[in-house]
Amino acid sequence: MLEIEIDGKQLQVPDGSTVMEAASQVGAYVPHFCYHKKLSIAANCRMCLVQVEKAPKPLPACATPVTNGMKVWTHSEQAVKAQKGVMEFLLINHPLDCPICDQGGECQLQDLSVGYGGVQSRYEEEKRVVGNKDLGPLVSTDMTRCINCTRCVRFTTEIAGLMELGQAFRGEHAEIMPFVEKTIDSELSGNIIDLCPVGALTSKPFRFGARAWEMSRRKSVSPHDSLGSNLVVQVKNDVVKRVLPLENDALNECWLSDKDRFSYEALNGEERLTRPQIKQGGKWIETDWQSALEYVANGLKSVRSEHGAEAIGALVSPHSTLEEMHLLQALVRGLGSDNIDFRLRQTDFSADARRAGAPWLGLNVAEIGSLDRLFIVGSFFRKDHPLVAQRVRQAVKRGLKVSVLNPVIDDWQFKVENKIQVKPSAIAGTLVGVAKALAQKTGQDLAEVFVSAAAGVEADAAALSVANSLASGRQVAVWIGNYAQQHADAASIEAIAQEIARLSKGRFGILGEAANSVGGYLAGSLPSKGGKNAAEMLKAPLKAYVLFGLDAELDTQAGQAAVDTLGKADTVIALSAFKSESALAYADVLLPIAPFTETAGIFVNAEGRAQAFYPVVKTAGEVRPGWKVLRVLGELLGLDGFDFDKVEDVRQIVLGAAQEVDRARLNNALTVDSFALGAAAQGVERVADIPIYAADPIARRSAPLQRTRDGQAPALRASASTVAKLGLEAGGTAKVKSATGAVTVPVVVDDGVVEGSICLAGAHADTSALGGLHGEVSVERV
Amino acid sequence: MSSQGIILSGLDGDRTWRLADYIKRGGYEALRKIIAEKISADDVIAEVKKSSLRGRGGAGFPTGLKWSFMPRAFPGAKYLACNSDEGEPGTFKDRDILRYNPHSVIEGMIIAGYAMGCERGYNYIHGEIFEVYSRFEEALQEAREAGLLGKNILGSDFSFDLFAHHGYGAYICGEETALLESIEGKKGQPRFKPPFPASFGLYGKPTTINNTETFASIPYIIREGGDAFLALGKPNNGGTKLFSVSGHVNKPGNYEIPLGTPFADLLEMAGGVRGGRKLKAVIPGGSSAPVLPASVMMDCTMDYDSISKAGSMLGSGAVIVMDESTCMVKALERLSYFYFEESCGQCTPCREGTGWLYRVVHRIENGLGRPDDLDLLNSVTANIMGRTICALGDAASMPVQSFIKHFGDEFAFHIEHKKCLVPQDVQREGSKIYVA
Repeated sequence: MLEIEIDGKQLQVPDGSTVMEAASQVGAYVPHFCYHKKLSIAANCRMCLVQVEKAPKPLPACATPVTNGMKVWTHSEQAVKAQKGVMEFLLINHPLDCPICDQGGECQLQDLSVGYGGVQSRYEEEKRVVGNKDLGPLVSTDMTRCINCTRCVRFTTEIAGLMELGQAFRGEHAEIMPFVEKTIDSELSGNIIDLCPVGALTSKPFRFGARAWEMSRRKSVSPHDSLGSNLVVQVKNDVVKRVLPLENDALNECWLSDKDRFSYEALNGEERLTRPQIKQGGKWIETDWQSALEYVANGLKSVRSEHGAEAIGALVSPHSTLEEMHLLQALVRGLGSDNIDFRLRQTDFSADARRAGAPWLGLNVAEIGSLDRLFIVGSFFRKDHPLVAQRVRQAVKRGLKVSVLNPVIDDWQFKVENKIQVKPSAIAGTLVGVAKALAQKTGQDLAEVFVSAAAGVEADAAALSVANSLASGRQVAVWIGNYAQQHADAASIEAIAQEIARLSKGRFGILGEAANSVGGYLAGSLPSKGGKNAAEMLKAPLKAYVLFGLDAELDTQAGQAAVDTLGKADTVIALSAFKSESALAYADVLLPIAPFTETAGIFVNAEGRAQAFYPVVKTAGEVRPGWKVLRVLGELLGLDGFDFDKVEDVRQIVLGAAQEVDRARLNNALTVDSFALGAAAQGVERVADIPIYAADPIARRSAPLQRTRDGQAPALRASASTVAKLGLEAGGTAKVKSATGAVTVPVVVDDGVVEGSICLAGAHADTSALGGLHGEVSVERV
Repeated sequence: MSSQGIILSGLDGDRTWRLADYIKRGGYEALRKIIAEKISADDVIAEVKKSSLRGRGGAGFPTGLKWSFMPRAFPGAKYLACNSDEGEPGTFKDRDILRYNPHSVIEGMIIAGYAMGCERGYNYIHGEIFEVYSRFEEALQEAREAGLLGKNILGSDFSFDLFAHHGYGAYICGEETALLESIEGKKGQPRFKPPFPASFGLYGKPTTINNTETFASIPYIIREGGDAFLALGKPNNGGTKLFSVSGHVNKPGNYEIPLGTPFADLLEMAGGVRGGRKLKAVIPGGSSAPVLPASVMMDCTMDYDSISKAGSMLGSGAVIVMDESTCMVKALERLSYFYFEESCGQCTPCREGTGWLYRVVHRIENGLGRPDDLDLLNSVTANIMGRTICALGDAASMPVQSFIKHFGDEFAFHIEHKKCLVPQDVQREGSKIYVA
């Protein structure tokens, strides 16, 4: 520890601290622009100059290490003179256009100029003008306002992992710009808007939408990925104007992914469903809630009496709240059916009934920083979990060694030590090889159940290096990604991955597909007494379906086949925040329910953290919160357990009085009685990623996100040699046929895709006709 | 080019840059002596300390002391860098050293590598002098082929690799940490210090950076002894130094003279002020050094201490001579433009301030000056100086301050009368001679 005196206050700080860190401890505010606690130190704005005893000139607080016995004055005459001098320089070329600047009212330069700026400028020459840059659909630029603090440059390089911005040219001609004619394509790009201390980088979708002081700031939780980023939703006149991060060091830190930040655009869009509708004689009629709900109740009752309760099934989006999930399963079970599921993209359900608890990440997100070995199996990690990937990226810089097994090796923008790339059908077998090598390496026995499968498997060099890496770690984690969970061999992959975690004395975890993937298990929104799972429900038609918050053809693995199945049902009740063309075709009743901004609820994230949120705006039109709709429906059906009037009462049923997740319920343990490897596929296998902005109903309706590079229509991606072997042509088009359908898509060469397989995204209208996310396909040139 | 010294002496012959020629002049004897006599690294550094050699790049920091800052027992690579990126207006000495005596630098660097335990060195050569770069590459190849460079030098267990790296034309890359960034392939921008290069330098490893002339002086110090070198100059100012004399003299060029030689003698060597005109002012150490009026300058001797006492800096030894036909406002305008254009743009005071300085001087020169402009200039320079990451902010400010200090009346005249104090015809006549 080091002794330091700042503005007369004594304190002790750890070795290696900077004066800035010490000053913030004693509450002395040192003005700054380029300094940011999560970025490297640049010391270029010079605003934080402070007086240091024995130093002949003022020193930058952000870059000056504390030495023992140091005396610092942050507001002495010398310090303030230096700070004012720097402020004058910052302002001479800065346009004084605050009245028309989107940053006005929340601008660091504007705020600090009140304290440090002159009343009148001494600079009377012409001011610098800098051309604006096109950074894509999310970030708007007014580069003349830029003060060259390079926070955005450091963010893209250090946090997002790819240097997408740089400072070109010298001196006064210096400009922040992307590479020539390139846009910012990072999935974290929106953070540079928050980082920019002036109005040079502002939000393009929000541009000129409101003034900072006109909006209310309300807390919320992201409904997208399984991290559960904390949000500040800014609201004006009951309209969500924009979304900013709410700092939470345990989860999203001070960042947000672009999906979290810009998906709100869908909430104000044209596609919102705002009134209940009933289809009568093939025509949609808008109606009131009373009639709509009575119609639904009567429909469900008549199906039950005519076909039995087992003819009723419900599918619920894993992006729904815990309360909604609970009530929907209570409703289905109250009717006497066990057909309920939230695992809409899962293919293999053979692990059901073998689980000891709700599968989860196996550790807290904040613990990622202390891992030294990580093995990620079956994941499009960077796009599926942008901010978890960011944490891993920082951990890699500190020495974390990451291994990956996936059919597609994408650039995750951090160093991946070992990469195993195999065809989808070979994943489980390859993992057996890793487990076998690991057992040998560590002198342990492979669990009995895997021994016979392991007999026929030889670990290759890549599998050996993964085994060696894991064996040499002290803090090991093995994670199953979304892709592996959706895989046709998901249960086998999970079983053997758990064995690998056991052998490496590491923790096993499941990354989780959606905001409430853990919550779905806790709420019991899955079959428990032999009911039909999501895949079964969409295969053989039931008589009645309740669809809660999903686009059937995009949010399920069945794709277009789901729509065909639903079309054969007697009645389909769709509760959704959005209209959709296909729902108009297959549904009989459309009930508008509130998205996360208009309702209260809980999302349980991957680490098992229950995060409650409340409405930030009034519901649009006739929209009602889902939990209220289900409550009324339950009462209309005469079911027990639906008489409550607060959302907290529902929570209490699921979580108990503490309203927190009982950690004992989180358990990844899986009983494995038998284990056998399937035969390798012979033909061309399809690998389906779920594109980041297609993954859920809100994100896929956000216009700005759809305009990004990640929002582009899917293409067939395959290695150059596979493209040649299949007789395709890069840049051409190909017809891909599955057992259930065919689609025509453009061909793109991507050598990150394993030989002999193709990568073709799911969750998209262009590919949903294929049905199923996996399996063999035939490909021909068009 | 003229020499009373050690680096440029004996270079009258043909192809003096060849290895054979260098060896004939006593080249690589110092290195052979170290290897043969197994002189310890500490003793080499002690000898350099004894010589009182001060950094020839401009700052004049004692070289032996700098070498002793390198961590001894550092596990892993340590680097050596030679700063041949001379870009300061008025300076052209390193170019001639590399052009005519490249092996002196190579030998100096090998010895430095030996003394500090560096396994690899880079010579960062100014980008615009590509033929010098090519010649240095040839010299390196000669040295490698002769077993003087590379693995197991002269059969010893000491190995040292040396590479040439050419710059890309930015003045700022002559700043030692910007030079390191540039070698690393990044944009040449100075790093903030601490950490200093001796602990966190090239690729994050301990690194020492010295000027070309500094390295070129090392072989003599080892061969003849530190005392002999010190005796060439005067106490605390050991050895001889190259002065690049330019401007209004009859024989501009590089002059290697003992430190402590009176300026009057140097001026005489350079053929005196051209056209028999009166000396007006001298910038004694490169364009960033404060200008000194003739009367002060004529009393100075050419060494670090004397020039410093007179209120300027010996700097890199670039002596810019200005005669009475010079308009000091115009001279400053040109200098300010240089710093405005060469600021790297990284930190605020320099990025914004150098342009401001230039614009104000420019408007004074063009008859648009205002009465309070001189106060404004002094205030802006005060706000730049000492507030920036590197010394470029200071370098841009010192000429402005010194020009106003010593020639304030010319600036005041300009502002008041919208024209030069030095009549136009005198200026025109002066520049005519310059063209001839």
